[in-house]
Amino acid sequence: MAIKERMSGNEAVAFAIKQVNPDVMPAFPITPSTELPQFVSNYVANGKIDTEFIPVESEHSSMSAAMGASAAGARALTATSSCGLALMWEMLYVAASSRLPIALALVNRGLTGPLNINCEHSDSMGARDSGWLQVYAENNQEAYDNFIMAYRVAEHKDVRLPIMTCMDGFITSHAVENITLIEDDLVKKFVGEYEPEHYLLNEEEPMAVGPYAVSNYCMEAKRAQAQGMMNAKQVFLDVAKEFEQISGRKYGLFEEYKLDDAEYAVVGIGSAMGTAKDAIDALRAKGIKAGLLKVRVFRPFPGEEMAAALAGCKAIAIMDRCESYSGNGGPLGAELTSALYRAKSKAEIINVVYGLSGRDVKVEDFENLYGELADIAVNGVKDTQYRYLGLRE
Amino acid sequence: MRELIEIRWHGRGGQGAKTAALLLADVAFNIGKHVQGFPEYGPERMGAPITAYNRISDNEIRVHSNIYDPDFVVVVDETLLEIVDVTNGLKEDGAILVNTSKPKEEIIPHLKGYKGKLYTIDARKVSMEALGKYFPNMPMLAAIVKISEVMDTDRFMDEMEASLKHKFAKKPEVLEGNMKALWMALEEVK
Amino acid sequence: MDNTMNSKYKTENINESISWKDLTPGLQIYEAGTSKQFMTGEWRVNTPVIDFEKCKQCLLCVPYCPDSSIPVEDGKRLDFDYDHCKGCGICVKACPFGAISMKEGK
Repeated sequence: MAIKERMSGNEAVAFAIKQVNPDVMPAFPITPSTELPQFVSNYVANGKIDTEFIPVESEHSSMSAAMGASAAGARALTATSSCGLALMWEMLYVAASSRLPIALALVNRGLTGPLNINCEHSDSMGARDSGWLQVYAENNQEAYDNFIMAYRVAEHKDVRLPIMTCMDGFITSHAVENITLIEDDLVKKFVGEYEPEHYLLNEEEPMAVGPYAVSNYCMEAKRAQAQGMMNAKQVFLDVAKEFEQISGRKYGLFEEYKLDDAEYAVVGIGSAMGTAKDAIDALRAKGIKAGLLKVRVFRPFPGEEMAAALAGCKAIAIMDRCESYSGNGGPLGAELTSALYRAKSKAEIINVVYGLSGRDVKVEDFENLYGELADIAVNGVKDTQYRYLGLRE
Repeated sequence: MRELIEIRWHGRGGQGAKTAALLLADVAFNIGKHVQGFPEYGPERMGAPITAYNRISDNEIRVHSNIYDPDFVVVVDETLLEIVDVTNGLKEDGAILVNTSKPKEEIIPHLKGYKGKLYTIDARKVSMEALGKYFPNMPMLAAIVKISEVMDTDRFMDEMEASLKHKFAKKPEVLEGNMKALWMALEEVK
Repeated sequence: MDNTMNSKYKTENINESISWKDLTPGLQIYEAGTSKQFMTGEWRVNTPVIDFEKCKQCLLCVPYCPDSSIPVEDGKRLDFDYDHCKGCGICVKACPFGAISMKEGK
């Protein structure tokens, strides 16, 4: 029997961590993810789990310690936000290239500056090319579910890459909402024991991790790493299918909401996409064919699949909760536009930067955006293709 | 009850407005509702004006924006009436609840012409009498439950007793004081 | 040694002509002491030579050698491991008895 509860996103992910009972969690606190290590250390102190909790002196250290633990053969994780992730930067790449299946519970917050603590995806988007798998949540339920599925994907022999499970800072991490939890034993069985083929503490097999790679090997190593990322697409789908059997909840690489016959589509990531769903229902009641594609898996990037799902749309707004300062739009905009081009899409496309530094997004904002898309479908894109939503002009 | 109730809380950091919003989400969840309870976060600390929100619905809640057109507004600290536009967007068929010892006539001029209902409660008096300390959030919680009719008040009291018993298992005197504050508030709000 | 290890991952089978598909994940190395296979002695420009007449077997040179190129057996140092000695000359400075000298070339 599923367990009905109400929890904040941080509580939900901490609860998932408790159920998974990983071996080692080094962590350093930073808003809005601070509660995560706090809850986990409570579980440890109360004897609920036997995870080794390591209070380290910085995020560079937390990722380093997680890598050491993972290489040693332990199931390791950490949690962070914003500048904490930035301080891990060097180590993120090493974790991925060393093929260590570490989990990182990321609570999305903008990178400084200006100094701000609120929700934005600039932290994880900045790390999008670090070789980590990235999966995003709309709400506490998805954040919980994503964490439970995380190790199954990361540790898969065809993947062997670290995974970042992302949820929106404060909006998801600190809001109490209804959630349906899975029983401990089902989670334990689903996640299983971590049995790495090779690990440092195996006295039968001495090994070395992270050797220097000369040019004659390094490019091949990177290509092999890229293959792990590509393989992850199918593994994400397989794991989601199995997860559905214990949870009844269906997950793909992305979610399509009323997209089948949609003429106007919004594509985006995270909590605001729930808000978009309410706008879509209101517009559908008026006969306007609005739809949504909510990205769940961003790394690997399901470009072809998304382009196929958007094939019937006349106008598409790609939403970025992140300014990439390319002068050409945000990361999702850039990557999806390129995928649509390769799929020979005829749709009009705009790239909308929204919700920066916690700027709120309302149902009306989406209704207006769909109105704009309807106009664009007929009259084409006026002004610039890359624009801001909710900005004081 | 309405299909969806949206409540906006105005308080000052440290007064427990966020805790009250989360407690309201808790008790509404316990009677089978879909709930949201969330504060608006910033670097604010004790004494700074803060806002918290509740959505309580019969259906799944997907919206993740703040609340701009609330059904109810709770003002935990009456000095906020001077500095915060508390009635902004408040629905006319809703109501505002203000913690004050003053008569309603003295509050009305601060409501920027709001035409809906005004309720007041002297949460300081209630809290001092019941708890011996000033914790306005419990009386405000009981009062808004009564006004919003989000649930039956008897059921509310049962749920609160169960939850406080759990929370203050080792401090029965705190449980008693809080329950008294809730009872008094249900009587005193007008 | 784990006998179940895929033999393609043995370092003797890894060289600069194999495909990226045949490398270990993360270039991990599943054997000990593989640096022995790397003949750093080829880098040597000048070569240390030991005069066992002067050597008192104090073994001070052994820990100073940065490349572990002074083998020790039964408490006595042997001649240099020229497959790996890079010819840095630290041993010459470390020896209190002037038993080691550098000769030009390999």
